[in-house]
Amino acid sequence: MSEGIGARVLRKEDKRFITGGGRYTDDIVEPNQRYAAFVRSPHAHAKIKGIDKTAAEKMAGVEAVLDGKQLTADGIGNIICGWLIHSKDGSPMNMGAWSALATEFVRYVGDAVAVVIADSIANARAAAEAVAVDYEVLPCVTRPDAALEKGAPQLHPNAKNNLIFDWELGDGAATDKAISGAAHVVEMDFTNNRLSPNAIEPRSAIATFNAAEDHYTLYTTSQNPHLARLVLSAFYQVAPEHKLRVIAPDVGGGFGSKIYIYPEEIVCLWASMKTNCSVKWTSDRSEAFLTDAHGRDHISTAKIGFDKNHKIVGLKVDTIANLGAYMSLFSSAVPTYLYATLLSGQYDIENIHCNMRTVYTNTAPVDAYRGAGRPEACFVVERIMETAARKLGVDPAELRRKNFVTEFPHQTPVIMCYDAGNFGANLDAALAASDYAGFEKRRDEAAKRGKLRGIGMSSYIEACGIAPSAAVGSLGAGVGLWESAEVRVNPVGTIEILTGSHSHGQGHETTFAQLASERFGVPIDNVQIVHGDTDKVQFGMGTYGSRSGAVGMSAVAGALDKVETKAKKIAAHMLEVDENEIVIEDAEVKVPGTNKTLGWHEVCLNAYMAHNLPEGMEPGLKEGSFYDPANFTFPAGTYICEVEVDPETGHTDIVQFVASDDFGTIINPMIVEGQVHGGIGQGVGQALLEEAIYDEDGQLLTGSYMDYAMPRADDLPSYQVSHESTLCPNNPLGIKGCGEAGAIGTPPAVINAITNAIGNNDLSMPATPSKVWAAIQASGVKQAAE
Amino acid sequence: MTSISMSVNGKAVSGDVEDRTLLVQFIREDLRLTGTHVGCDTSQCGACVVHVDGKAVKSCTMLAVQASGSEVTTIEGLANGGDLHPLQTAFKENHGLQCGFCTPGMIMSAADMIARYKASGSKLDEKAIREELEGNICRCTGYHNIVRSIEDAAAKMS
Repeated sequence: MSEGIGARVLRKEDKRFITGGGRYTDDIVEPNQRYAAFVRSPHAHAKIKGIDKTAAEKMAGVEAVLDGKQLTADGIGNIICGWLIHSKDGSPMNMGAWSALATEFVRYVGDAVAVVIADSIANARAAAEAVAVDYEVLPCVTRPDAALEKGAPQLHPNAKNNLIFDWELGDGAATDKAISGAAHVVEMDFTNNRLSPNAIEPRSAIATFNAAEDHYTLYTTSQNPHLARLVLSAFYQVAPEHKLRVIAPDVGGGFGSKIYIYPEEIVCLWASMKTNCSVKWTSDRSEAFLTDAHGRDHISTAKIGFDKNHKIVGLKVDTIANLGAYMSLFSSAVPTYLYATLLSGQYDIENIHCNMRTVYTNTAPVDAYRGAGRPEACFVVERIMETAARKLGVDPAELRRKNFVTEFPHQTPVIMCYDAGNFGANLDAALAASDYAGFEKRRDEAAKRGKLRGIGMSSYIEACGIAPSAAVGSLGAGVGLWESAEVRVNPVGTIEILTGSHSHGQGHETTFAQLASERFGVPIDNVQIVHGDTDKVQFGMGTYGSRSGAVGMSAVAGALDKVETKAKKIAAHMLEVDENEIVIEDAEVKVPGTNKTLGWHEVCLNAYMAHNLPEGMEPGLKEGSFYDPANFTFPAGTYICEVEVDPETGHTDIVQFVASDDFGTIINPMIVEGQVHGGIGQGVGQALLEEAIYDEDGQLLTGSYMDYAMPRADDLPSYQVSHESTLCPNNPLGIKGCGEAGAIGTPPAVINAITNAIGNNDLSMPATPSKVWAAIQASGVKQAAE
Repeated sequence: MTSISMSVNGKAVSGDVEDRTLLVQFIREDLRLTGTHVGCDTSQCGACVVHVDGKAVKSCTMLAVQASGSEVTTIEGLANGGDLHPLQTAFKENHGLQCGFCTPGMIMSAADMIARYKASGSKLDEKAIREELEGNICRCTGYHNIVRSIEDAAAKMS
């Protein structure tokens, strides 16, 4: 059976996870290890008047109590946002100073003020409790619109009115003109609810400073260990890059929240140097809720115009995005180049304009969370399209179809150039799979049981594999967004693939091995994937934005090309034929139609024995590749959700969920389906359950799993997932990416279904039973159902 | 400090622990069995589920001293030598795990679930599985393939 591209092979990495043999950061114990406990602000906004460490320093087992002044004195740099955005007036964004340990002010509940290093977690925590911080409590602001109001508490001196930037994309005047001349105009307000990412493995770090070697090692829960090393070195001056090894071992989910370099990793490294001990910190869930970067939190108004034939003439969107108390690593890119650029959706729209104001508030920093900007864009576009269809009295599927982009490449007015797709095929597949035509019959049947049944759809598009590097650089990115790979063939023909991508649930140890199996016909068991260690892999940009397939695998393909070329040259020399005659398949290197055949292992062995190589060829069989994509990729699809709402309680049951996606080439359908399932689960979570809520004092009300409504198994349905694929023309494997689609396409489909069921379009996320019940009361549909 | 002893995965173990030591801390830190995980601090996520005297228990919610004298099974002790437990096989074959962090707790809860339903003769259908999993949180899979895995194992174990 083939184990190559498209094969539904089981995962190589599973054995260790199902037997308890996974090795996550907190599982690792270093000799001479101490534990860090952070002293965190209980206030959303306060001036630090003093820190008294004397009591804590005397407590049992305490090695050190360290604060921000010491950190600053040692030259540790401020935490930065790595994507520079300019406001429309040309001024650069107003980035406020963020020290890993606060020195003068705290700006959100959970802001780290000091750290205790002790011989046990219990002793560290007890001493952290004993650190007396004298706070002068200041007024705070938590809502993004309130932050911009006159007289609002000010967070950073360089960000007047808490404004970070006021940015725009598209032609505002042309869009206004198009909409003012439109035959039909629909306007809507949106909130995109703030979410806690909640990877089940909490963040963790163990730092070891080796004084004899003047060298640091950091184990950390990272999606991108190389980027962590670069930033820790170049910007935070914790250690020079060649003296710092960063290892991200097994990582228990990321969803964006483990991209960033947080204060805790910086402090653990620094504290290890200060104490000459290994320093370990593992977040508990309460800390995770307070300090892991949150996602979403947009407030928008949008206006869309249609001509008399129901073709869209213009879309105008005005959004305020809450970035929290400090600018996290990619926080500025999420509401700009990952949001406004996707407002064309799957539609041919001539005029689009988006204005984006980002603001500081006294809340946890907000950054990319699964989908990152694209779910927010999709929610605006797909909710307003559904609403427009209802107002125009036309079938929502047909309104979408009428406006679909059908010719590629398609240049939108908001930067993106869609390279390939067949939006109608995904819509048709989803309509068929959901028995869209039979819905009214199901609605009638449900009504007899006293249930309000509704159907809603979402035709999403996203952009993955952000690139090319020069283009993102011109848009303000502080890094290149390429990927690297190295393919090392051993003398016996087994293969190691070293990749800069990082797997934290995505199954790279299997799918990346499938690429080598496809190329040479070797079993995937003979291919080992090496990732997550800066000492082993030279460099890499890591895994986020669904980039591992489209970018990471393309780099592997490039290295495989070079290995294949060299192996063919060696084989041609051994077989005394021209290298163009050689093919490699089923682990054989041969000239088709002849008896000239070598085992793959024979060619590999000869590469290393070097007894019989072509004149001038270097021994060995190892090649590397850096791959920089020519464009983003554009996964797209249609999701259709069907719900039944209980009018008595407002409870929503998702009774059917259909997804038809175009991800381009699929390496392993089992894994891709799993990615879609997980994304839909998070999307349903956003639509029905989840919201990170701060009260007016800036206290996080949803700070545990008893308060934050994580989707449980009985909240979610089973999903029907299928694919209608077109190949991405811009990368060698034709891959588009699949990691975020579910989280992007799902929320508007769910809300469109519920609003369809209850006959009231005024419903915000999360659509909790109380909100749905209230909307039912407001609509009067309950009486109609009875 | 209190001296405790128990059987863990069929092996007699003992240790001196503080009274406040949780069973999960004893398992992870003293015994170095790190397959049992901690994903929350409110007894909600279920990543720490082990079996104590044959019943699924959240080991973050039991003191180590309370488990003294008990027979404890962790994910490391579920396979029979080299033969995987049917649930382990089912999770692999049905892609019931992604990052793997919640998986040990899921599998230990599912083993208890299947045994209870088998003993009572009740039907363990999708609805029942989803309700039974209320105390185990997964962020990766959307639960779809976890449910398939448990259905598959339950059928094979019946």
